[in-house]
Amino acid sequence: MGISLSRGAKWTTAGSGTAKLELTPMNESLMNEILRFVEQFSSQHPEEAEHVFDEPLQWTTALVASDFESESDYDISDSDIQSQEKDREGHPLLQLSPPVVNVRSFRQLSKLVNLAEAKRLGEVQACLEGNRDPLVKILGQDFADLLKRDDADTDVSHMQDQGKDQDQIKSSEVKVKLFQLLQIMDQRLINKLLEGISEKVKLDPTAVKNEVELLKKLCSEGEERFLKSIRYTSDFEFPNGCRAPLWRQAHGDMCYLVIEPYETENLYITCSSDGDFLNGGIQQMEDDSSYERKSEVFVDLVALLKSRFPNFSMNINKQDSAVQECPSTERSQHGDAVEQGRPHRSYEQQEGFVDMKARQQHTPVGADDGKKYKPCLRWKTLGLACACGDVEIKKCLRNSGETIGEKQNKQLGLGAKTNAVFSLHGPVSSQKMKTTAGALPVDHFSESSSESEDEEEQAERHPESSTDLPAEYWQIQKLVKYLKGGDQTATVLTLCAMMDFNLMQETCQLAIRDLGGLEVLINLLNTDEVKCKIGSLKILRKISHNVQIRRTIVDMGGLQSIIKILDSPVMDLKALAAETIANVARFHRGRRTVRQYAGIKKLVKLLDCVPNFANLNTNEEKDVDVARCGALALWSCSKSIKNKEAIRNAGAIPLLGHLLKSPHENMLIPVVGTLQECASEESYRIAIQKEGMIKDLVKNLTSNNDELQMHCASAIFKCAEDKQTRDLVRKYKGLQSLVLLLGKAENKQLLAAATGAIWKCSISKENVAKFQEYKALETLIGLLTDQPEDVLVNVVGALGEFAQIPANKTTVRKCGGIKPLVHLLTRTNQALLVNVTKAVGACATDKDNMVIIDQLDGVRLLWSLLKNPSADVQSSAAWALCPCIENAKDAGEMVRSLVGGLELIVNLLKSTNNEVLASICAAIAKIAKDKENLAVLTDHGVVPLLSKLTNTRDVKLRHHLADAIGHCCMWGSNRVSFGVAGAVAPLVCYLKSQDSAVHQSTAMALYQLSKDPNNCITMHEKRVVKPLIHIMGSNEETIQEAAAACVRNIRLLSLANRKAQLFQ
Amino acid sequence: MATARQHHRRGRTGFRCCSACPVHDMAEMSPMNRKLTQSLAESISKQVEHFNRTEVEFLIREFHVLMGEQTTLGRTVSGLDRGRFRSFLHNNFGMTDDMIMDGVFRTFDKDNDGFVNMREWIDGLSVFLRGTLDEKIEYCFQVYDLNSDNYISREEMFHMLKDSLIRQPTDDDPDEGIKDLVEITLKRMDHDHDGRLSFSDFEKAVRDENLLLEAFGTCLPDSMSTEAFEKLVFQEQLEQ
Repeated sequence: MGISLSRGAKWTTAGSGTAKLELTPMNESLMNEILRFVEQFSSQHPEEAEHVFDEPLQWTTALVASDFESESDYDISDSDIQSQEKDREGHPLLQLSPPVVNVRSFRQLSKLVNLAEAKRLGEVQACLEGNRDPLVKILGQDFADLLKRDDADTDVSHMQDQGKDQDQIKSSEVKVKLFQLLQIMDQRLINKLLEGISEKVKLDPTAVKNEVELLKKLCSEGEERFLKSIRYTSDFEFPNGCRAPLWRQAHGDMCYLVIEPYETENLYITCSSDGDFLNGGIQQMEDDSSYERKSEVFVDLVALLKSRFPNFSMNINKQDSAVQECPSTERSQHGDAVEQGRPHRSYEQQEGFVDMKARQQHTPVGADDGKKYKPCLRWKTLGLACACGDVEIKKCLRNSGETIGEKQNKQLGLGAKTNAVFSLHGPVSSQKMKTTAGALPVDHFSESSSESEDEEEQAERHPESSTDLPAEYWQIQKLVKYLKGGDQTATVLTLCAMMDFNLMQETCQLAIRDLGGLEVLINLLNTDEVKCKIGSLKILRKISHNVQIRRTIVDMGGLQSIIKILDSPVMDLKALAAETIANVARFHRGRRTVRQYAGIKKLVKLLDCVPNFANLNTNEEKDVDVARCGALALWSCSKSIKNKEAIRNAGAIPLLGHLLKSPHENMLIPVVGTLQECASEESYRIAIQKEGMIKDLVKNLTSNNDELQMHCASAIFKCAEDKQTRDLVRKYKGLQSLVLLLGKAENKQLLAAATGAIWKCSISKENVAKFQEYKALETLIGLLTDQPEDVLVNVVGALGEFAQIPANKTTVRKCGGIKPLVHLLTRTNQALLVNVTKAVGACATDKDNMVIIDQLDGVRLLWSLLKNPSADVQSSAAWALCPCIENAKDAGEMVRSLVGGLELIVNLLKSTNNEVLASICAAIAKIAKDKENLAVLTDHGVVPLLSKLTNTRDVKLRHHLADAIGHCCMWGSNRVSFGVAGAVAPLVCYLKSQDSAVHQSTAMALYQLSKDPNNCITMHEKRVVKPLIHIMGSNEETIQEAAAACVRNIRLLSLANRKAQLFQ
Repeated sequence: MATARQHHRRGRTGFRCCSACPVHDMAEMSPMNRKLTQSLAESISKQVEHFNRTEVEFLIREFHVLMGEQTTLGRTVSGLDRGRFRSFLHNNFGMTDDMIMDGVFRTFDKDNDGFVNMREWIDGLSVFLRGTLDEKIEYCFQVYDLNSDNYISREEMFHMLKDSLIRQPTDDDPDEGIKDLVEITLKRMDHDHDGRLSFSDFEKAVRDENLLLEAFGTCLPDSMSTEAFEKLVFQEQLEQ
């Protein structure tokens, strides 16, 4: 811990006083590791945990007295707490007088972090911050010094010898052990850190220099210079190439840069060996605080600049290629870098990989020096807003001489610009405009998107003073004027002129809105002039890619007008209106409005087109196009649950089923998209199957279009919960297509959908057999590593199903699937954990597999998942433990080696979830086969807990509960205890249930219980004999035997009783 | 008799033939005449794209109805004169713009004799009511080419658009808006940059954006009035 802490952890360096641990990912993992260590310490090393520290660890805690109330072994007086555990001098080992806490043993430390619950990480941080050298305090100076030395091992024995008298030797033995444990821990931490560090490339002064030179070139070349200047803060260069003052070089800083962009405030950048980041504004020599990090760390300058300026990458590309465009296009760059329309999210973005949450927006400000844009940053995470954003904002204000009131206006919209930021990071970096169906909603399929992922809270952007607006703004202003004052002919001409602008560009979109154009466009929709309406809709369908425009359209009541147009007899109008609705209905309020104004019905009506898709004439083609647009609109609408219902009620399902037969991808994508979106509802799943759509869905799995394949696969994924559907997929030879899709591993969304479909299909055993023909299992095992989590969830789910068949268990092992599976047990995603535990459990039923699982410490991992907060994970982990315990070589010893494990499992009997209870009972039944473990279970009070559960009506729980009781009878006076706790009478009632599994386990339990005379009496009173005799007629020999033996015991007792009476 | 009834009905359904049209003539159409009409219709329908024989026959009759007054005056004229044709456009298709209506007349009157004769009438209506996009592009171009020099010049555009914007009293130059609109339109449509629209300019622009077909004024009927007119001429007569 010593080495890793002093070398690995990043301390904030600023100022005096107590240093703080920075919130870097590395520190966080470090603290997590320490936390886990401390948490498990007292259970894993009870003896060492007792050791009293040389000096107490002291820190400022967030815990208060009430946090300790749940524990009995603390003395609480007012707000002060003292532990009952004392050292030899009688000092309490834990003492809390808020806000300071003193702790003197690991045992107390573990307890404390366990009590802290959610605050635990904070406590660890506070502790580390308060005790910069914890080892000295724990072990004393001598030991700590040793630990810090690398060759510590050899010296330990010396220390041991130095112990003078017996007592000291004893305590020093413990100390040495503790010392060794800490050392191992330290080693582990360092390894972990190394792993992290080795992934990062360390920067060196030459690399920085080269990059600065490159950027300097960009400053001097080209008409579209982006950066005004870039300079070092210091001209003096040390021999090692660094320019930072020596004392800062110790922190890894190499030099400081001031970058002067054209359109924004200067950037102050620190180049350090770990990467580049914004600092507090180092000019020359300033106070310490300016050295503090104010942004994320970027790998190089270009990455930093890219994140600050969405259009920087464009610039750098442009300047690289040395293409000089005419100056008039300069202004439009801002928009070009912006990708409008629906965010085309990549996996990383969905997974939250994108660390860049700073969203940026350029605002024209009435600055004194002509054209100048100022950025305002919004740091969403990390709470850096005040540090950086405010400074920027204030500067903006000062420069433009605006009032504080306008500050609000500058908390700018995020809008479509964020996409540009994203696209720089995600692998799908599409700078191109997206208008076609292909760009439509692709970003949700695993579950119907919740309505909350809406764009409503987007901030506003306001028109600012006009001196520096782009030329388009003025042209659009003129056009809007003509629109307002023109007759039909002039209006149409003006609309056509407006279409010539780049309507996908935000400046244009917002200019149209801000200049009152949107209002006119919407008014035109209410006229009788078909051509004006067409023109207006052609513009609206494009600008409605902008989220703010969508909102404004709905605010102005424009959506109602558009919905009305759906009734028009003119095909073009209908198609355009539907297309516009497809955009506008991408946010919650839009979707609701469509529903409320009967738009769903009208849209569904559009789907009704030609009876077959071959040999269409022009008119029919138009008809089909209208249907396509209708499907697009319905797709957008189908993201609300109420809309799904409305769509179904409007009779869309058969129509969609008909359109599904279309040969055209652009039709199929919205249709299948809608279907898979709606398939989250049971009613749709049934309908999809009944309407025979599975056949078409399967057919389109072989399409050439990835997106279509993905939607088909995810529709099957959702529908294949149903057995008949699974059979149909097999019947139409869809299984092979699904396996083929696994080959497209680079498209993660497609892969997730395909693996999902395979998972659900493999629930049917016949399908698994079929999958085997296509070597699906081998491919799936290959997908166990390096995949995003939603792929993993599905892959592992499928493996769990495959492994239900014995032959596949061997295959999993032979293909090396066990190891990655066991590794996945350390993940945190609950859906994944449920599936992984299930798969591991299925594999563990094979003895050879179990050996490997045991070697990989899989049982311990499974066991620790019992602590997972999710009941699903708990139960599925417990189920998985059953075969593990059954098949492990030395199961009893293995279970015992998990310190605290048995207590944990007994405590889970207090759960309120029947599935958890059933699984835990099943696990207890397995554990109890080992006498020693049963003894421990009994000590932990398993008997009363089980007895308490006997009143359940849950069949599954009854089965496993009776099983557990039967097995727990085998120890000491447990039989009597069960009787005393009143478990016998309810068990007799179980015999009345219909389930034969319950009968079996109950009979066994009753047999065991009947060995105690008092239980026999209870049973007899509850009229057990008749049902038992009935059960004796069972086919199972063991049941027969158990029932008979039970009756025999009762009979014997009664005979003995009579004898006793006779001979009295 | 048939026509008398028909006229009566027209009155009821709101269809107005030329207001002065007296109720007579065709009633006396002899079987001979009828046969003549039929054979004429037969031959024309083979040359006209979008009408079948019966439809042509009805159009011929309609033509005669419109011609009605002229014939009674005893003068032998070959077709509808400008005034009559314009009132036909106004009554049936709601056209009001004089310049455009003149353009339509000019386009119908292919031989430029100041009258739309029967053949010109049927050919013209074929495009007017049922023309394909290509035909309509050609038709509209001719309507807008006021001086028939095969170009739509800046001045012609200005002329056609001059009343299309409300003039603000505050404007310095009341025509500024129109001029600007003309420039914007020219910039968009004039692909060979010669400052005027040739047919190919116009055709290309319309193909890019169909809305530009009637760029300089409505010269084609909308679908509603087309439907109403066809229903009136073709279907009502069928009922007889």
